[in-house]
Amino acid sequence: MPMTGLAGSRVRERRLALRIRQADLARRAGISASYLNLIEHNRRKIGAEVMARLAAALGVEVQALSDAAQSGKVEELRAAAASTPSGARAELERVQDFLGRFPGWAEVMIAQQQRLGHLERVVAALNDRMNHDPHLSSSLHEVLSAVSSVRSTAAILAETEDIEPEWRARFHGNLHADSERLAAGAEALVAYLDGSEQAQDQASAAPQEELEGWLAGRGWHLPELEAGGAGAGALEAEIGALASGAARSLARDWVAQAVRDAADLPLERLEAVIAAQGDDPMSLARAFGVEVLAVFRRLACRPGATGGLVICDASGTLLFRKPVEGFVLPRFGAACPLWPLYTALSRPMVPVEAVAELPGLSAARYHIRAFCAPAFPEGFGGVETRQAAMLIAPSAPKALGKGEPKGEVSLKLGSSCRICPRGACVARREPSIMAEYN
Amino acid sequence: MGRQVLVIEDEPNIAEAIKFILTRDGWRVATHPDGASAMAAVQRLQPDVLVLDLMLPGLSGLEVLRLIRAHPDLAELPVLMLTAKGQERDRQAAQQAGANLFMTKPFANAEMLSAVRGLAGL
Repeated sequence: MPMTGLAGSRVRERRLALRIRQADLARRAGISASYLNLIEHNRRKIGAEVMARLAAALGVEVQALSDAAQSGKVEELRAAAASTPSGARAELERVQDFLGRFPGWAEVMIAQQQRLGHLERVVAALNDRMNHDPHLSSSLHEVLSAVSSVRSTAAILAETEDIEPEWRARFHGNLHADSERLAAGAEALVAYLDGSEQAQDQASAAPQEELEGWLAGRGWHLPELEAGGAGAGALEAEIGALASGAARSLARDWVAQAVRDAADLPLERLEAVIAAQGDDPMSLARAFGVEVLAVFRRLACRPGATGGLVICDASGTLLFRKPVEGFVLPRFGAACPLWPLYTALSRPMVPVEAVAELPGLSAARYHIRAFCAPAFPEGFGGVETRQAAMLIAPSAPKALGKGEPKGEVSLKLGSSCRICPRGACVARREPSIMAEYN
Repeated sequence: MGRQVLVIEDEPNIAEAIKFILTRDGWRVATHPDGASAMAAVQRLQPDVLVLDLMLPGLSGLEVLRLIRAHPDLAELPVLMLTAKGQERDRQAAQQAGANLFMTKPFANAEMLSAVRGLAGL
């Protein structure tokens, strides 16, 4: 199938703006004019090498031409198509054209898709609550029982003309008792359904997303917690402003951990050591005498860090997601089983490293490092818990093969199966709605 | 002697109302308040019709029904299951377990009467 990419359009735009002829640009980039023509019309994938030469010839950074920023949006649009049956009729092979020609409409569709996901979660939560909330179901049962009794008893009294006085007195007594019970049950139900705290929780985003939204707004770094900062207390007002109690609790846990990380890995010293010997998490953990995962968190959340970070527990559930441009992290549901995160999860204490490529047309590569640490919070005889984390560093195509570890792409990943176009993937767990390619 | 009904219902006032309605219609009515010993009561009384509440202490009406259907002498016993509104999944499970008829609470007395008559083939 023809592969289209916005990078080609950007090359063409830039060339026209500079008033360079196609043949001249092709010569400067060392490719044939006909090949450049195909690239400019988004009919050929641009390799890292060619991209670098085109960027140099056009006098721009590779990043300015690459698709990384766009590929996240492409994945979002694909997810939108995947979420509805009529999405099967969406022209998936032209999604890049759509994004390029109607960026505003695309934004609207992506925003609606996110809103839809949010609303679906709220409905699922309410549904769960109706079906599984023991308090609600026992209150309802109490009310229905009392109503049943009142109805039958009242009907007997109203319809039985020759009822004996003893029976009548007895049923009157029952009626009175049941009406009291009904009143109490109804009051309890109303009080429960009025619970403003719970109502608020239901209306907001998933608590984890709230926390991530807050941290993203802060640039993922909290200077208050660094040496000489105002301390965790200074964040309490912002945490208190989060919509749900669950999010506030997650935020407090995160801050408490960040306080320990900041004390164990003082920023100034950390930056100095990184500048001197690089950011190898194992070496840093040894140099500072701290846990490897603390280094992971610190690396991803230090000021100006561009890399992403995901953390999961032993069940593989994502606990934390700091996104990185172009690498789509599923908002909910399970991620790609090929993620080094999960490799690490099954091999605790062993570092896992890979250079990964996402499906799509961008030339972007990611340098991924993952590590899993088991813990025994209850001591020797207690249960084992695990956390695995994965650092995702964008690595520019140019830099590949020049000192980056394992410059070859060692891993072809996805976001999650449903929106992943790698048809022949051996790790696939459900069919994709995407057009296939490998 | 009229026919025998056994009502297994833990709400005493509901059991009492059902007992009154059916007694007036000429039935002999026994009531039993819990699930755990319900099977023993069924075997002792050998009723013609069983009215069984779904939410019972000890053993749920569903479990009682399964025990009844597993017993060779009771496989054909007509059972009217009482369920509360909104217990759709419980109702499906009760149907699979072999309930003959369902009635949701709150029920009308006339409905109860005609249901029990119908189950007895009257």
